[in-house]
Amino acid sequence: MLENALRGDKKYWGWIAFLLGVMFVGLLFYLHQLHYGLGVTGLGRDVTWGFYIAQFTFLVGVAASGVMVVLPYYLHNFKVFGKLTVLGEFLAIASVIMCMLFIFVDMGQPFRIANVFLHPTPHSLMFWDTVVIFGYLILNVIISRVTFSAERKGIAPPSWIKPIILLSIPWAFSIHTVTAFLYSGLAARPFWMTAILAPRFLASAFAAGPALLVLLCLVVRKVARYDVGREPLQKLAVIITYAMAINVFFILMELFTTIYSNIPEHLAHIKFLYLGLEGNTRLVPWMWASSILAVISLVLLINPRTRKNETVLAFACVVTFLSLWIEKGLALVIAGFIPSPLGVVPDYWPTIPEFLISMGVYAVGFLVVTVLYKIAISVRERLAA
Amino acid sequence: MSVDRRKFFKIAGLTALSLASKPAFEVFAEGVDPVDSTATIPPPTTQPTGPLTAHRWAMVIDIHKCMAEHGCTKCIAACHLEHNVPDFGNPKDEVKWIWKESFGHAFQEQENEHLHEEMKHQSVPVFCNHCDNPPCVRVCPTKATWKREDGIVMMDMHRCIGCRYCMAACPYGSRSFNWRDPRPFIKEINPKFPTRTRGVVEKCTFCVERLAQGMPPACVEACTAQAMTFGDLEDANSELRTALRERFSIRRKAALGTNPEIYYLV
Amino acid sequence: MYDAGKIIVGLVIFLLLITAPVWYNAASGQASYAPHLEIVTDAKACVAPTDYMRTSHMELLNTWRDEVVRHGEREYTAFDGTVYEKSLSNTCMGCHSNKAEFCDRCHDYMAVGRPYCWDCHVEPKGGSQ
Repeated sequence: MLENALRGDKKYWGWIAFLLGVMFVGLLFYLHQLHYGLGVTGLGRDVTWGFYIAQFTFLVGVAASGVMVVLPYYLHNFKVFGKLTVLGEFLAIASVIMCMLFIFVDMGQPFRIANVFLHPTPHSLMFWDTVVIFGYLILNVIISRVTFSAERKGIAPPSWIKPIILLSIPWAFSIHTVTAFLYSGLAARPFWMTAILAPRFLASAFAAGPALLVLLCLVVRKVARYDVGREPLQKLAVIITYAMAINVFFILMELFTTIYSNIPEHLAHIKFLYLGLEGNTRLVPWMWASSILAVISLVLLINPRTRKNETVLAFACVVTFLSLWIEKGLALVIAGFIPSPLGVVPDYWPTIPEFLISMGVYAVGFLVVTVLYKIAISVRERLAA
Repeated sequence: MSVDRRKFFKIAGLTALSLASKPAFEVFAEGVDPVDSTATIPPPTTQPTGPLTAHRWAMVIDIHKCMAEHGCTKCIAACHLEHNVPDFGNPKDEVKWIWKESFGHAFQEQENEHLHEEMKHQSVPVFCNHCDNPPCVRVCPTKATWKREDGIVMMDMHRCIGCRYCMAACPYGSRSFNWRDPRPFIKEINPKFPTRTRGVVEKCTFCVERLAQGMPPACVEACTAQAMTFGDLEDANSELRTALRERFSIRRKAALGTNPEIYYLV
Repeated sequence: MYDAGKIIVGLVIFLLLITAPVWYNAASGQASYAPHLEIVTDAKACVAPTDYMRTSHMELLNTWRDEVVRHGEREYTAFDGTVYEKSLSNTCMGCHSNKAEFCDRCHDYMAVGRPYCWDCHVEPKGGSQ
């Protein structure tokens, strides 16, 4: 099947070359980081996790959101998503690979990564996160490979794959729940220590992931002339609408509880995000941007007339994705550390090496998506012909 | 470990029993080449006092005695010299095992506008609390940090993968990460104690290496004001317990359930 | 098999390339070369017999490391009954203070040039070149 990814026009190869270039730059900077230490990042003694871990967290959500096409299709026999499931699974695979790479580049001693398995520690959530994320990758590789080979041969997938698909559904929820538990179980960080962090993560994931999938489908329609059809995108739009509304609702819950209860240690983080703290206004414009984008997103998505217009829908998806990325892929992790448990207000902003390494990881993800989508589309075009 | 080596150690152990009283390094030390004086001669392992042991190590810090020594940093200097703690000269890369923090930062929940003048302007020494219920140990994915039977929260820098989850979990900011190679930033290297490498977390270990040699922690020894009392919390007759009985003590963020084992007398 | 000829030729070239160092050493007579390690101490014995130390010092050090750091067991009783402190810097380097002529020579020969012990453990001054 891989040979399909080796045939393409100039634009295709140009895109691949661009991604390889970004990966190469990322790799060079990673080697620099390996040599110098994580000091090349903006991280420091007080803000110990930043851009890498934030991307990891955000992408676990994108990976988990694959379940939003898998669940209706396999559990409710929702045929409209037929063309979409494998694309959703491929996106999940690419996201999980990026997650793993983001963890890897964040580690101080990456060559000791095997210690997590050599000395398994069930009382550590990070151990469980590693287990469920690895498991999710394996599940998705098996499922997408088996169902897609069957499709290619024009036969029904073998019956043994069904229980594995069913298992993958709660598993998808588990990866983001366990990732939320990484944060919400820490008494030292009041900003994260909220019981609705896992539900919040799931809600934002089920909005951001499908929004990305809609955009990818529209890109594929334009670039590869492969159309998944109008209906599945409209159904995804409904899912995005509900998930985004729930996510905004959850954030308002958090704001109410924190502001009304008025516990200084909890309130300080919210102040830092929306007003700035002791002169540190680093995230203030971002947070207001995220809030405004969220409102625009909801207006465009809830109104059926705008949602049903594909051009507007595409715009709404971009807006939704950006709003959620700022909230979860930037602010959530950083704000947990500011102020510090001692009440100090440190500063953090990703450095250029940190950013370029992250872009390298994203390029790997895009390469995986490109290659897998190319294979899927080529095979389907041949089947249709 | 292979079976052969087990056997080897067993035999070695039996031989040792028969020679138990032999002074450890006599035979060995005579032959040491005198090229280098910095620490090549191994110290005798059988100290006259033997290792210091306890059921539950803890420390009491008398804030008043400490504050009376305005701006004193002897404990910090002693600790950081002993353990090869680097000085990067910037807060971002900073590594510290023990440092002084303003009373308001160390005890946020105790701060108020009309605080005792001394408390308002002076700082207190803070370091790892060696919690009885340490959150850092709970979150570590490789058991690189764990609580010893004597209560010391220990750190295995050989095993640490540098994920920094422990730093996110510690409510006291007691842990430092090596953002870069620390060696060039150590003014004076103590050859008896290792430095650290890039990418591992480190913190106060209550000087386990000194306790094993029958010496108290370096900070306690260095404190000329005798503001620090180190001892066994489970020994009702210890100096430590007496101090806790007689004076009012507070602990940092005790409400979080970590059960910190550094007590501050106010 | 498609293109059997090309594949087989390719495999042969590949094998020759990856075994090149072996052929090179055999041809240049370097295979019989062994490093000369200088022992600067007058001590009669090490913590274990030479043969054992030569093959397994790394395992011994790993065992020591875990026993000291993780279990607080700091004393090692050698085969002759002598008690040593389990310490690379303070015991091993006490006798083998010449890291460059002792450790490094053999590590270079065995192509394990940079064991990460030295990232943290301090070598005696004047020990390296």
